[in-house]
Amino acid sequence: MSARPASLVLAALLIGGVAQAGIRIEITQGVEGAQPVAVVPFLWEGEGLPEGRSPPDLAGVIAADLARSGRFKPIPPDAQPQAPAAAQRLDAALWRTAGIDYVVVGRVAAAKVEGRPGLTVRFQLFDALRGSQVLSYTLPVAGLEARAAAHRIADMVYEKLTGQPGAFSTRIAYVTELRDGDVRRYALVVADSDGENPQGVVQSVEPLMSPSWSPDGRRLAYVSFENKLPQVFVQELASGKREAVSSRSGVNGAPAWSPDGTRLALTLSSSEGNLDLFVLELRSRQLTRLTSSPAIDTEPAWYPDGKRLAFTSDRGGGPQVYEVDAAGKGTRRLSFEGDWNARPVIAPDGRSMALITREAGQFRVAVLDLARGDLRVLTEGRLDESPSFAPNSSIIIYATEHRGRGVLAAVSVDGRVRQRLALSDGDVREPAWGPYPAARQ
Amino acid sequence: MSSCSHRLTTVAAILPLVLALGACTPKQDTVKDEPVATVQTAPAAGAPAASTTPAQSQAQIDAAAAAAAAAAANPLAALDDPRNPVSRRVVYFDFDRSDIKQEHLAQIEAHARLLVANPSLRARIEGHCDERGTREYNIGLGDRRAQAVRRILMFQGVAAGQLQSVSYGEERPAADGHDEAAWAANRRVELVYSR
Repeated sequence: MSARPASLVLAALLIGGVAQAGIRIEITQGVEGAQPVAVVPFLWEGEGLPEGRSPPDLAGVIAADLARSGRFKPIPPDAQPQAPAAAQRLDAALWRTAGIDYVVVGRVAAAKVEGRPGLTVRFQLFDALRGSQVLSYTLPVAGLEARAAAHRIADMVYEKLTGQPGAFSTRIAYVTELRDGDVRRYALVVADSDGENPQGVVQSVEPLMSPSWSPDGRRLAYVSFENKLPQVFVQELASGKREAVSSRSGVNGAPAWSPDGTRLALTLSSSEGNLDLFVLELRSRQLTRLTSSPAIDTEPAWYPDGKRLAFTSDRGGGPQVYEVDAAGKGTRRLSFEGDWNARPVIAPDGRSMALITREAGQFRVAVLDLARGDLRVLTEGRLDESPSFAPNSSIIIYATEHRGRGVLAAVSVDGRVRQRLALSDGDVREPAWGPYPAARQ
Repeated sequence: MSSCSHRLTTVAAILPLVLALGACTPKQDTVKDEPVATVQTAPAAGAPAASTTPAQSQAQIDAAAAAAAAAAANPLAALDDPRNPVSRRVVYFDFDRSDIKQEHLAQIEAHARLLVANPSLRARIEGHCDERGTREYNIGLGDRRAQAVRRILMFQGVAAGQLQSVSYGEERPAADGHDEAAWAANRRVELVYSR
């Protein structure tokens, strides 16, 4: 069976920055008493705007980010008492009377950044109650990437007001499936955390699965069946260059990037014919076996310290979550509540683990507190799967079903804020929340 | 010839039998997939129609004789002959199970005989799951199902080199629905021949 028709390979792939249908985000449950905040439309200063471009709507992007967090209630521009472009012009009493505690104001101007046309964005966060400015920054924006600048501002405002880092400047990878007659079209897509700017990473008429981000956010590992067999690929996002890093006989699956970026944990068929966990050193291609039970051992997830991995195994009869150290020692069971637990993922802060648990025949996202050991079910779907933490550990994105279609949903770890992210067409699943941009790490 | 066309042939071959038995499908919007679901929920539909009909017409007898002659001339014609058990290339499983049900043993053994008699014949053993459970765990479960079929084939003397197993987990469902009937149709192993 080694020979395969060349046409299959040709038909299977189209790599590169292919625009994809974006996802639309709908907040289904916000925090009671979300804080009112106003983002005043930023003032465009001077000329120099490239032909055919309207001034970027930074305020709109910032307000949408803050609204999506569920913790803030942005006041639309037509309900704002004044439209100052700088905190110095802001009349605190006017805003206090309107019941708005915090106001973001800003100005944008064309500028040369790193020798290229770019923008300079100045913004200030004003506390109307105290009548004082609490944040003031000037951001150079290369290449007119105004949306990216807006997400960075939203991150700074969010962190100032909540004490937690924001995760708006991050990206999400996900898998889409579109039916085209008898053909299924799979795509691996990367989009901004607000669903905008979706870019196709790889497309195939054979299944694509299990995207995993490199810790620097520059590469994705994933499973592709494009050659009618599962293979694990590593692809650089900027160039589209990729390489098959595991094409062994049998299963090659569940890639999970180690926190130091040098290794991939994988699920492979062992010589005994069952699935076990292995660690592939990417540079040397050296393989270390972690488990050797006759059961299915799969879905490895690294702890942030890179010393241990959690995984799914049905060595005890049904699937449960276990952990093992990176040398394959010290295996112990972690999940004890319920008869079906799988697909663990550790929060970046190391405090909790999300997993899929079955209760009354329904598959749901639950969070296991790693210090206390208690399991809390967070979602209410029938078939929820693939939980992934935002890099600030406060939100979990996961795949669920809505009106018979695969959609993504997000829930805050405290369960108070819920959102749904739907594609305009087809199914979307297997979300993987990327890390903070490299410059911020 | 691509292996895909064989899988389509299987569905196409089953469809007339299902219709002939008067099985009704609850929904008509997924025409392609419903017959598979119906075959699973009504195991009899998969049995050769001719043998369940007490009085065969002369035309049927003639057709059977023609098929037998064709099979003698070309053993692989058996794959397309609905009266031959090797025309049934899907094995179904219970939820979260990978043991072969009694009703499928004779079918798998017939495939083993075909492969042993035709050493140049190759078969892919494709394991699948229903949508419940997590995706990579289901890759494991589909792999276990494929291995279970492979073990029987090899026990019957099929050479390892003739077989290739692959697990698609829940990624390639035969039926699109989200109910018991669709799940039953999707928990399967498909034998895909290349000649």
